Amino acid sequence: MPLLEVEDLSATYGQVSALRGISLSVEAGETLAVIGANGAGKTTLLRAIVGQVAVPTGRVLFQGGDITHLSTFERARRGIVMVPEGRRLFSSLTVEENLKVGISARRPGAWNLKSVYDLFPLVSERRHRRAGLMSGGEQQATAIARALMSNPAVLLLDEVSLGLAPAVVASIYSNLPAILSNGTAVLLVEQDVSQALRVSDEVHCLLQGRTSLAGRNLEMAQITDAYFGYERRTA
Amino acid sequence: MNIVDALLQGILLGGQYALFAAGLSLMFGVMRLVNLAHGDIGVVAAYGALAVVNVFVVSPVFALVVVLPAAALVGYVVQRLLLQRTLAPSPLPSLLVTFGLSIIIQNVLLMTMSADQQRLSLGPLDTAAIRIGDALRIGVFPLGVFLLAAIVLLALSLFTSRTQYGRLIRAVSDDPSTAELSGVDPRRIYAVATAIAFALVAIAGVASGIQTSFSPTSGSLFLIFAFEAVIIGGLGSVWGTLAGGIILGVAQTVGAAFAPAQQVLVGHLVFLLFLAFLPNGLSRKKVRA
Repeated sequence: MPLLEVEDLSATYGQVSALRGISLSVEAGETLAVIGANGAGKTTLLRAIVGQVAVPTGRVLFQGGDITHLSTFERARRGIVMVPEGRRLFSSLTVEENLKVGISARRPGAWNLKSVYDLFPLVSERRHRRAGLMSGGEQQATAIARALMSNPAVLLLDEVSLGLAPAVVASIYSNLPAILSNGTAVLLVEQDVSQALRVSDEVHCLLQGRTSLAGRNLEMAQITDAYFGYERRTA
Repeated sequence: MNIVDALLQGILLGGQYALFAAGLSLMFGVMRLVNLAHGDIGVVAAYGALAVVNVFVVSPVFALVVVLPAAALVGYVVQRLLLQRTLAPSPLPSLLVTFGLSIIIQNVLLMTMSADQQRLSLGPLDTAAIRIGDALRIGVFPLGVFLLAAIVLLALSLFTSRTQYGRLIRAVSDDPSTAELSGVDPRRIYAVATAIAFALVAIAGVASGIQTSFSPTSGSLFLIFAFEAVIIGGLGSVWGTLAGGIILGVAQTVGAAFAPAQQVLVGHLVFLLFLAFLPNGLSRKKVRA
């Protein structure tokens, strides 16, 4: 049974339909990358999974159980935890206080202050700083560390590489195997398609709110077409 | 009445104003809700203490044992059942509902308690004073209220800065939707904050009921003093609130030393000066809209 399943999901932003008929699933310990152009609905998909946007049709299943009716904090307590776009740290709290907010999900597991600091030594060095006073990379690492403190079963990462230098992005993604090794499933949204292909087991490509391509071991040419929406004619 | 005496009385009075202001500031800081019934909650607590005193024939201090938890419980329930529904991007729904709540409370008190002025009494302690030198007398009760205010505000400050619940209150105040991603239920945090705010204003209401008299309509004046202390002190800082309360208290008592009938007016004028020249108050923290 997949850990997380999305069935025929639709979402709207006001009057605009943002997602239509999306179905996907993630297994424990695996990584699914959602790619697509700006406005394709990637962030909306993650927000629908955590319950931050209204879902008029379709279902979200966790360990086989329907969680579509649950509120965001209840989903977090089941283990569905998102690192939101733009990190969204609590700016008036210190780094360590930000991490301690993560334990509100009250989930036991391998991640605690010590193991999270071991994974992100830079975050450990900045632990008594105000969260707003750090570099983008440090903030992103702190945001991921805060999510890990909730011991997620499914970790959703929304554009973690946004605005970061390539070396910083590489260092952040280098922590992915340690996160997956606990059986956590990762669902990530990534602008950089080659980066997404490198780190994921499966790719799901969105085009104007619909699935244009999904699968494993995809070829770059297929992905390019699905990403930009070219009709591919086979001879 | 010399100026040193007026200063001293004003500082002591400021502790009481800070107690009134702390809950108002807490609720606004956490959920951007201005509770216009804040002062009336304090008055209800004073009447509650009066009822306990009359029934059990105990000191008003012991009445707090009943009144404080009751106020906190009422705060929790009122937040969950009523105020939570008024939270919206616009402040208008909560302003209208709490204004309505204020009118309801005042009129129910008028119907059930009559418009008579009431007092709570600690007996001889009401007028006991410590004499310093020839001219200076410090009332034991105002001094006690000031110390109580300092202790309560210190406890509030430690609670928000050191405990997990305090961290969650600050996190939700920063960004409720992101806090929810970590498994925090903002509605619960709001209800706890309101429970604390109601308990704080209950202490203030009972203290004020011992120091001066109160009637069903006293809440409006309490609210104005609380507002003025919050604005002068600046939002988001417990110690700013205490400083704001003290400045307001000193303005009133020093004003009264020169123009005894205009005590409250002088407080308003000092408040207006702050609003005009230091709109963020004493603490430098900028408040998000």
